[in-house]
Amino acid sequence: MSLTSEEVRRIAQLARLAVDDREAEGFAAALSDIFDFVEALDGADIEGVAPMAHPLDAEQRLRPDQVTEPDQRDLFQGIAPAVEGGVYLVPRVIE
Amino acid sequence: MEWETVIGLEIHTQLNTVSKIFSGAATAYGAEPNRQACAVDLGLPGVLPVLNEAVVRKAVMLGLALEAEIAPRSVFARKNYFYPDLPKGYQISQYELPIVARGHLDIELEDGGRKRIGVTRAHLEEDAGKSVHEGFGTMTGIDLNRAGTPLVEIVSEPELRSAREAVAYMKKLHALVRYLDICDGNMQEGSFRCDANVSIRPVGQTSFGTRTEIKNLNSFRFVERAINFEVARQIDLIESGGSVVQETRLYDPDRDETRPMRSKEEANDYRYFPDPDLLPVAVHAEAIEAIRAEMPELPDAKRERFARDYALSARDAGALTATRELADYYEALVAAGGTPKLAANWLMGDFTAALNRSELEMAQSPVAPAALAQLLARIQDETISGKIGKEVFDAMWAGEGDADAIIAARGLKQITDTGAIDRIIDEVIAANPSQLEQYRAGKDKLLGFFVGQVMKKTQGKANPAQVNERLRARLRGD
Repeated sequence: MSLTSEEVRRIAQLARLAVDDREAEGFAAALSDIFDFVEALDGADIEGVAPMAHPLDAEQRLRPDQVTEPDQRDLFQGIAPAVEGGVYLVPRVIE
Repeated sequence: MEWETVIGLEIHTQLNTVSKIFSGAATAYGAEPNRQACAVDLGLPGVLPVLNEAVVRKAVMLGLALEAEIAPRSVFARKNYFYPDLPKGYQISQYELPIVARGHLDIELEDGGRKRIGVTRAHLEEDAGKSVHEGFGTMTGIDLNRAGTPLVEIVSEPELRSAREAVAYMKKLHALVRYLDICDGNMQEGSFRCDANVSIRPVGQTSFGTRTEIKNLNSFRFVERAINFEVARQIDLIESGGSVVQETRLYDPDRDETRPMRSKEEANDYRYFPDPDLLPVAVHAEAIEAIRAEMPELPDAKRERFARDYALSARDAGALTATRELADYYEALVAAGGTPKLAANWLMGDFTAALNRSELEMAQSPVAPAALAQLLARIQDETISGKIGKEVFDAMWAGEGDADAIIAARGLKQITDTGAIDRIIDEVIAANPSQLEQYRAGKDKLLGFFVGQVMKKTQGKANPAQVNERLRARLRGD
């Protein structure tokens, strides 16, 4: 399987990564090599094998439904670039 | 051309846990901004999500109530998109392996029939935070209190065929989650909200038309109006030679119309993949059976039992089981001695009216079932008439004491002494000679006039049936 540099630019855009055209071509080649390598798995016989969602053969542990987190707003907002009246401020997302 | 409407609903139900789905922060509504947003909810580096046990239990309860399959293993996935109210850059949701799949819900149709609606799946996910676009100049304010609140998204098959059916389905599901006590059902606060997928097709066609999705409908009325508008819009569009564009739309209740949402750039490419921070969720058969054993009686079963055990009409049984609180009150009332039919009439009539007037919830009622039962007993044993009963009830509601005390204090006991009633009847007849003459000349309707006069003189305390009987005799001149 091979990726085009256009596909790389689209993936980069979705991930909000700045990738210029020259880099996109390089990534396309490198990522295609990785896909080719992974494709070797297509040769494995997986008849009757359940898809693996996690490398650990374990179950999710659950916590009781209790409030355990204290309010640490001041601490968290101390490192925020901008806050006002308790809300975090970000560049306006709609016009 | 005849068109058929095709609707599927996605309903976001907020689970009523005290803490969040993956963190120990509180979920209480209405807190000051960001007071309930911890490091996990903020997506700070190095934090790990830990799943809330109550979230799994409540989802299993829902699955059992929908007679669905409970997945022995379900998997959380990351849904990737960028928006400031989603600080991690992804929402933890379930994609390929949801916890609940292939269930159904039966709805009642207007013609009295029933229709089974398939529930494709119900999956767990975390809610996002809230963006506030007004009041911060060139900035947007972000409140992350809601981030990480547990949601279960319930997805129906596209089997609903009208806005009315969609509303019936939504109401049924709303009652169900409240019966199960897994969601507070508060639609104003967004605890139960709906996205509607709507398309049309010529009657008889089996393939689907292009659909639009109307987002974030938070009232039954809006669901009905938004779907009706959207169906009319799509029909107009196609009949005038256009075609429907698959898009997300928003309903504007002020203008009663839907319009396209600003398209989020490449919004549909969420690149789901299993969340490596969370292991698969196992729900074992024993756990399912333990939850099944704790399930309350469900609305349909309760309605059927009410109709059967209390000899109620289907309509009364349906109304009394509309909420678990009302049904519980009714059963307590009957258990305290109220006859089933009288109890039903009072509960659906004066009692509900008083609740609405006082803007109170069932649990806040100033009149307890035992107190109301005492009032009904006084009507049944004819100590007071039904009409006087309403006066006593209003006094009870106002906190003036129990029924017997109010009847005694206000002297409302029905007059059953026939001598006393006869004396009043004679007075009334003597005072109205011309009406008496007309009555005797054949104007039977005047009986009502005489009854009214007697009841007025007794301040409603005479037994109307007794007054009727004795008046007829006196008027005839017996």
